[in-house]
Amino acid sequence: MAVVKLLGAWLSPYCCRVIWALKLKAIPYEYIEEDLSVKSPLLLQCNPVYKRVPVLIHDGKPISESTVILRYIEEIWPQNPLLPSDPYEKAVALFWIKFADDKSPSISKLYRTDGEEQQQAAKECSEMLEIIEEHGLIEGKKFLGGDEINMVDIAFCSVAHWLGVIEEFAGLKILEPHKFPKLSSWIQNFKSVPVIKENLPDSDKMVALLKRRREMLLASKSN
Amino acid sequence: MASNDAEVKVLGTWSSPFVMRARIALNIKSVNHEFLQERLWEGKSQLLLNSNPVHKKVPVLIHGHHTICESLIIVQYIDEVWSSAPSILPSEPHERATARFWAAYLDDKWFPSMRAIGMAEGEDARRAAIGQVEEGLVLLEEEFGECSKGGPFFGGDRIGYLDIAFGCFLGWLRVTEKMSGIRLLNETNTPRLLKWAHGFCSDDAVKDVMPETEKLAEFAKMIKGRVKGATPRT
Repeated sequence: MAVVKLLGAWLSPYCCRVIWALKLKAIPYEYIEEDLSVKSPLLLQCNPVYKRVPVLIHDGKPISESTVILRYIEEIWPQNPLLPSDPYEKAVALFWIKFADDKSPSISKLYRTDGEEQQQAAKECSEMLEIIEEHGLIEGKKFLGGDEINMVDIAFCSVAHWLGVIEEFAGLKILEPHKFPKLSSWIQNFKSVPVIKENLPDSDKMVALLKRRREMLLASKSN
Repeated sequence: MASNDAEVKVLGTWSSPFVMRARIALNIKSVNHEFLQERLWEGKSQLLLNSNPVHKKVPVLIHGHHTICESLIIVQYIDEVWSSAPSILPSEPHERATARFWAAYLDDKWFPSMRAIGMAEGEDARRAAIGQVEEGLVLLEEEFGECSKGGPFFGGDRIGYLDIAFGCFLGWLRVTEKMSGIRLLNETNTPRLLKWAHGFCSDDAVKDVMPETEKLAEFAKMIKGRVKGATPRT
């Protein structure tokens, strides 16, 4: 039987995306946690261009970059489809996945910066949320994918979980329920899906690690 | 789904490499289409603002009553809809993933580095940007060796997805070479890519949509002038 391995880091939303896709399709895999401060020879060999997780290894062949991995998983294991089959609807889904890829880094900028830079990141996050609220969410549908969770929902995981955690410890309030009612409702629906709920990084552990990282980053900036 | 007979239009500009991707893909599939030129410096058309309200950017593919945005997504859509014509994406899943990986690399890392050469302030910044571009070209030279399987293109015997994703930047690459005096594609470091570039630009699907280097260089000077004029120096 073909072997599937996933090189990942528990904190990474990009790794969670892949884990959820594998679990939603009931694909057995071996998970290898990478210590990102000391990258393994396997990781460096599998992803020499970016040297980062996630990396999926299938039949000994590595695939890097979470969105590329998700598309690959979808094509090899078509059960429980995560993308529409209609070409136009698929193109719309891919548009939103790309939007999530392009804009999500603003969320991690929130904990990596302070002062004006952080304010700018907060502004970018807010603009991203406004666009999803206005254009991405269909009235009456539980998920970005419609009635069922799909790759678009998975792609916006940083908004669903990481943003809330970072807001709390950074003392920011960007995703306010009264400003973003559809998005707030989507987050609840998304996090209620059993595969998601059972495979979300622990918030307390996240806060502890992100706080440490923030202190280190800001300390090295002022040196 | 819009039928294959429905009207096809591309909303774009002659200078944009991203717009070129859509037009090349349609040419490969021999799809008749109308090219609607935006004059972005004069303000965006209502059609553009309606078709791409999120980004307000070209290219936009209009197929019947559907609008599709983002150049690589457009190429994949075209490949799927006109499936009986020559394939653009590789048929094997791992090769497809590899093509997508490199296309994303070009957009996320390589092309921004190339743009940075033109916009760099100071020799150090310029040298750093040039270094990044050259590094990327060496990676792509290696990738070409692996996926072309002896053929003239990344796609093998015919132009494929990665050829389109990368080849669309050749006009701007030549302008950068002209303005910097550096041969980014050369016999020493990138002999295969040098040959590939010539073959790509001569291909029937490409030659009428690839802008002339001179025209593009003039356009680049004009944009640079406007950008520098608009951005006050503090």
